Amino acid sequence: MSHHIVEVKDLRHAYPDGTEALRGVSFRITHGESVAIIGANGAGKSTLLLHLNGYLATSQGSIRIGDFPLNKATLPEIRRTVGMVFQDPDDQLFMPTVFDDVAFGPLNLGLAGDEVEARVREALARVGAEHLCDKPPYRLSGGEKKRVAIATVLAMAPDILVMDEPTSGLDPFARRQLMALLRDFHHTKIFTSHDLDMVLELCERTIVLHEGEVRADGPTLEIFRDAALLAACRLEKPFAMQGCPVCNGKPLSPIPEGG
Amino acid sequence: MASIAGTVKDFRQLDLLAAGDTGIHRLDARAKVLVTLAFILAVVSLDKYELAALFPFFLYPAVLMALADLPVFYIGRKILVVLPFALMVGIFNPLFDQTVLVSLGPLGISGGWLSCASILVRSALTVGAALILVGITGFPAICQALDQLGLPRIFTVQLLFLYRYLFVLTEEGSRTARARELRAFGKKGLGLRSYGSLLSHLLLRTWLRAERIHLAMLARGFTGEFHSRRTTRFGGRDFIYLAGWSGVFLFFRLVNVSQLLGAIVTGVLG
Repeated sequence: MSHHIVEVKDLRHAYPDGTEALRGVSFRITHGESVAIIGANGAGKSTLLLHLNGYLATSQGSIRIGDFPLNKATLPEIRRTVGMVFQDPDDQLFMPTVFDDVAFGPLNLGLAGDEVEARVREALARVGAEHLCDKPPYRLSGGEKKRVAIATVLAMAPDILVMDEPTSGLDPFARRQLMALLRDFHHTKIFTSHDLDMVLELCERTIVLHEGEVRADGPTLEIFRDAALLAACRLEKPFAMQGCPVCNGKPLSPIPEGG
Repeated sequence: MASIAGTVKDFRQLDLLAAGDTGIHRLDARAKVLVTLAFILAVVSLDKYELAALFPFFLYPAVLMALADLPVFYIGRKILVVLPFALMVGIFNPLFDQTVLVSLGPLGISGGWLSCASILVRSALTVGAALILVGITGFPAICQALDQLGLPRIFTVQLLFLYRYLFVLTEEGSRTARARELRAFGKKGLGLRSYGSLLSHLLLRTWLRAERIHLAMLARGFTGEFHSRRTTRFGGRDFIYLAGWSGVFLFFRLVNVSQLLGAIVTGVLG
């Protein structure tokens, strides 16, 4: 199914104040892949994500989602195809109740009546949040908000799931729950995150952004083994790959200077 | 700021009441909104010196609170919060309007006192009615009813957003205020100046959030039109509720029931 493909070619973006956030980014993500986009603060991750569903217009370069190039005419179709979950679920849940919120997307797609109801129930069931249906968003816990935010996107039946920092702000249990949930999705998945352990577990491929450029693109394990690359991009190995200093009796590593 | 957060929390509690499941709660929101409007119209349209004729109107809040299981003291407390403002409105009436209108034996009561008392009773009634409306309907349902009654959608959507982000904003505001307080060491900090920049930060953050929300809406196919999901039915029961109360209010408005009762009682005694 070619419509699950994301292809970015020589993407450049400069903000109005002249800051060049992206400087010729290219990659191709194929159907069913689970890809992490990592990088230091300010490396261009968020800017890149905002391009993927057409919120920011490209200064130069092109993006293809599935069979369509991204442009004004294909925007509605692309926004349906690319489900985007934002970092702060409070931004995503704006309707009076969870049900209304999940129904917002399907209603905009022109669905009505029972079909909307079925979509909402199904999406909430997928994330294990049926019981929250009639609650107002401000009565949900952080983990619940995150899952409902994912349901709001799932209700639109996207082919590609894009998530900004999916595990930020969650307690360890909620984080595990969410990761288990994400692993079960068969969409093409694109995550940005600083939670490198999550990346290690969920993504077989990793793209490293550094100062608006793709510094590395390859199998996650390979990238995390390259200490020089990680250091150059202000990153470090996931904790799972660092060995446990407490158990090994080794001293905790000092914080590098100039970091 | 802490008290603002407390007030908002209290407001949430009012909203919780709307989750009740009594006969009143199940009525169509439009009927409840219209009855409340009729009530307020009837109460405020009485003559400014009128006091006795206002009292029968207490029947409405009393009956509704009983039927909908609303906590009387809670609503009462909310009304008390508003009354000082009403008092401010009427406080000078006794000074300006000193013509004696009613004489109770040697005691003459001026029109000013009457109208001031009338203002207080009216505010208690109307504010009470509004609180009860939220308590038996819930804010989102009220917005939807207003929408169905023909209020332009831009206003109802605005109200809904206000309601949704009121909680988020006050939380942000009280966090910022706490951070300021913790570093002010019991002194006034930088006084008003620090509040100025605090507020401007809050405004900017709200602005950014609004942009992010808009982005989230666009990402889900928003094209400027709000679709409503619920199809509510205005049934026989709703009509009876609306017609019944409107009739009662009209009667109270046209006939001074207090005087009538007084006349009957004195007639019987005489």
